[in-house]
Amino acid sequence: MIIDAAPDDLLPEPFRRWFAGRGWAPRAHQMELLARAREGRSTLLIAPTGAGKTLAGFLPSLVELAGRPAPRNSARPPGLHTLYISPLKALAVDVARNLERPAQEMGLAVRIETRTGDTPASRRQRQRRDPPDILLTTPEQIALLLASGDAEPLFADLKRIVLDELHALAGSKRGDLLSLGLARLRRLAPGVQTVGLSATVADPDTLRRWLVPQRGQGEIGELVVADPGAAPDLSMLDSAAHVPWAGHTARHSLKEIYGLIERHTTTLVFVNTRMQAELLFQELWHINDANLPIGLHHGSLDVSQRRRVEAAMGEGRLKAVVCTSSLDLGIDWGAVDLVVNVGAPKGSSRLMQRIGRANHRLDEPSRAVLVPANRFEVLECRAALEAVRAGAQDGAVIRTGALDVLAQHVLGMACATPFDADELFAEVVSAEPYAGLARADFDDLVQFVATGGYALRAYERFARIRQMKDGRWRVANPMMAQQYRLNVGTIVESTMLKVRLAGAKARFGGRVLGEVEEYFVETMSPGDTFVFAGEVLEYLTIAENEVRVARSHAKEPRVPSYAGGKFPLSTFLAARVRALLSEPERWSSLPGQVRDWLQLQKLRSRLPGQEDLLVETFPRGGRYHLVAYPFEGRLAHQTLGMLLTRRLDRAGLHPLGFMANDYALVIYGVSDMSLAIAQGRLSLDALFDADMLGDDLEEWLAESALMKRTFRQCAVIAGLIERRFPGKEKNSRQVTMSTDLVYDVLRRHEPGHVLLRAARADAATGLLDIRRLSDMLTRIRGRIDHLALPRVSPLAVPVMLEIGREMVAGGASDALLAEAEDELIREAMRAGDDDSDPGR
Amino acid sequence: MPATMTATLADERTGESEIELAGARLVLDPAGALWWPAERALIVADLHLEKGSSFAARGVPLPPYDTRATLSLLAHLVARWNPRTLIALGDSFHDRGGAARLGEEERVSLAALAQGRDMVWIAGNHDPEPMPGIGGRHAGELTLGPLTLRHEPAEGRVRESGAGEIAGHFHPVARVVVRGRSLRRRCFATDGRRLVMPALGAYAGGLNIRHAALAGLFGGAFDAHLVGAARTYRIAHHACLPDR
Repeated sequence: MIIDAAPDDLLPEPFRRWFAGRGWAPRAHQMELLARAREGRSTLLIAPTGAGKTLAGFLPSLVELAGRPAPRNSARPPGLHTLYISPLKALAVDVARNLERPAQEMGLAVRIETRTGDTPASRRQRQRRDPPDILLTTPEQIALLLASGDAEPLFADLKRIVLDELHALAGSKRGDLLSLGLARLRRLAPGVQTVGLSATVADPDTLRRWLVPQRGQGEIGELVVADPGAAPDLSMLDSAAHVPWAGHTARHSLKEIYGLIERHTTTLVFVNTRMQAELLFQELWHINDANLPIGLHHGSLDVSQRRRVEAAMGEGRLKAVVCTSSLDLGIDWGAVDLVVNVGAPKGSSRLMQRIGRANHRLDEPSRAVLVPANRFEVLECRAALEAVRAGAQDGAVIRTGALDVLAQHVLGMACATPFDADELFAEVVSAEPYAGLARADFDDLVQFVATGGYALRAYERFARIRQMKDGRWRVANPMMAQQYRLNVGTIVESTMLKVRLAGAKARFGGRVLGEVEEYFVETMSPGDTFVFAGEVLEYLTIAENEVRVARSHAKEPRVPSYAGGKFPLSTFLAARVRALLSEPERWSSLPGQVRDWLQLQKLRSRLPGQEDLLVETFPRGGRYHLVAYPFEGRLAHQTLGMLLTRRLDRAGLHPLGFMANDYALVIYGVSDMSLAIAQGRLSLDALFDADMLGDDLEEWLAESALMKRTFRQCAVIAGLIERRFPGKEKNSRQVTMSTDLVYDVLRRHEPGHVLLRAARADAATGLLDIRRLSDMLTRIRGRIDHLALPRVSPLAVPVMLEIGREMVAGGASDALLAEAEDELIREAMRAGDDDSDPGR
Repeated sequence: MPATMTATLADERTGESEIELAGARLVLDPAGALWWPAERALIVADLHLEKGSSFAARGVPLPPYDTRATLSLLAHLVARWNPRTLIALGDSFHDRGGAARLGEEERVSLAALAQGRDMVWIAGNHDPEPMPGIGGRHAGELTLGPLTLRHEPAEGRVRESGAGEIAGHFHPVARVVVRGRSLRRRCFATDGRRLVMPALGAYAGGLNIRHAALAGLFGGAFDAHLVGAARTYRIAHHACLPDR
């Protein structure tokens, strides 16, 4: 074997000719990957979008396949050579197309096929019998293939695995599922090499470990980093208009955004949520005097509508697209010359990936403009900008593989062929996310898959997998394999309802505009208006799991579609914002009005320190407020708000509610908290003591809707609850009901059950962000900086403005029921009064 | 949810609300049971005992503690009211094999409940036949004073002149939206002639009272009495919302 191969040796003649024919030269990282492949090394390639990343990943496969001797008629046809796995099925299809062309032009006899949920059953069957050379697919399809009896012959000849957009998969439950599949693939094809393709990440080592089996000896894959190209041209919009105190629409900068669109060829306008996309799109059209072709793209729009926008974009017919993270990944659009990011970026890595969407020619810098929507976002944008310029990335979130995903995998492996628990455990811990898995947890999961794993061993006779005489586990009956196939995957969607435009005459058969989350509809009553698919719509009714709507002439929707963003502010960026705040000498880079605001805060109160927690108490409008500034993101603040409210309630201080944003938290009530602190009746040190994460948290979790939702997802993924069953598709509402009941019962009778442990682990990093809250409480112990103020402080205004804007999650629900009852009494009293407002 | 309820049952006796049904005075217990002082009868509906094991037999091993949870709630109710007659309004077991699958502990606590009182098991569609080894007596339906007790409500409306009716079967729940928050609770549904009881079983789901199958049982207006932690809350049916 030649180790130090000259480039010409690495790239055979047809390939060189093909590159030359296009006037291209193979890029350095493409050649490096070829060299690593020849050395038999698994490798991670980090490259920006547009650097020929995908071709780099496939070159080693194509070269190998090109040099393959022609098959003799008598010989067994060669099996699958290369697997390509992508997080999006659209991406798999796209890449297949982009790969076919060079293969054809080079005259290679290579069969390339895709396999997704949309692939017809007949072709899927044929693919098992007669596999192509290269198969492009998704993590779920891999799980399905591995759970079948013929996985062994199918993958026996596998030489290479290409993992695309690995940064988007690793660290999620889908990534966990894929990592377990990889471990099994390595067992079926021991010599298989992996290539990971990734955007820039903070911690490439985690991804490098992903690519090779973990044996506890620090095994790690090779790393190739492509030339990142020119540094991005990044700036923050310094709006001439008044920067709002709160809100997320960036309406004040609308004209300036429109101006930017006019001056560029093609602009991508990123926002953080679907609702922001809707609103901004509508606002832009209001002022679109030049009739610029501006499109809208987000995950809830109807697929055909999304495809139309993508096609128009690809053909260069659009001047701008307002979009969400639905466009963070994948599809390559060369013509984009500007990225506008509206709202705060929340993390520097996401911002870098978004910026990378502009201008795929590496020799030119990509141009991006940040548009903060409020004053705190100005600080956050400033911090993100400095982070990106310094090339600093968000820290990696440490997490271990999810137990619910492992439960699903264990059942899948039993479906494939009987397994020995020791062997399967060894295989599982060779996967990076599960390297630290305790044997006891694994054994609990095997018991869970068998009989539910309850302390009360009532279900032995109903076991789903059983131990054979030789100790191996097999499925109890063939039905289990079917059940597994129907439940595979880790994506548990919140129920989505189709939004259908009711025709003027026909009650049915209008156009489907897209889908909305169930919870959004839950609070609406007929006649309410809201913005969707770029229009103001009137909610009519719900029928057959569809929302029926009509076009409305109202200009202003009545239902506020506020949503600050689903991603919380990253810890890394939060620290940078705190640092910026505490160093007035750095404020010169901020817009004047924001500087004045901070000066005023310094005068009237204090600035939050880098390590301290600033807490202000003050009266306002007949109520008393407590505002804290932890800068730990919305999710952690919400959890903190819940727990503090409970504690204040117990202390007899009658809190009425709380409100949290990414930066601060306000609790309001009818008792004077400044006075209580002065008199020693309330100790802030005790209030913020980390022991709230003990009993208080447990008590709250018992009834928390977020915890129940987390448990439901674990129960579905682990296979406790069926996602769907042949012939009777359950809707998620029914599933919700039953899992809530199951959660209540299990929590009371077996709080240590493995599935509750899985749900708690999820809550720690997920919707409740407990880990971050816990880190913060530890950090600020003994460092609370309290000020009793005569009135609201300048820094408190933004979070105060959000009170009443969004539903308050706190408060006892029984009190609300009593209120509903009272309201009806009042309504009944009014009923005889002809002068009463009919609109009530 | 049952945890908080049972906690309040012991010390708070002021929470129950009274209603009148075809002339009979009835007390709505916020745990989802009905107390009839004149008859000293405690009425519960849709216990669905052994629903967990019923699912387990089909390859879905739900936690096996549902029977325990339901029986302990029932035990609290019995301790609170000390009824002369205890009536289970049908679907007491989730399937015909339910009683045979009872664990030893659950069998003992069930026997203790029936001890010293008249225990009546009304037939339901899940448990139409008498179950062996659970004590008490079995009945298709039961008439007490001005009221008939049965599992499924009779066809058509309850006539003004005839007997009133207490039924189960539908597991009514009601949903209200207050200040942007959606609350969904088990409830009693009644128009003063007919009363449909909430399900008591730990794993019993619910049907919204705005669903045609439930709303159609009442000719016109009716009220939902939503169960809360310490009392029930009366809300007119038109003020309740359909699910989603």
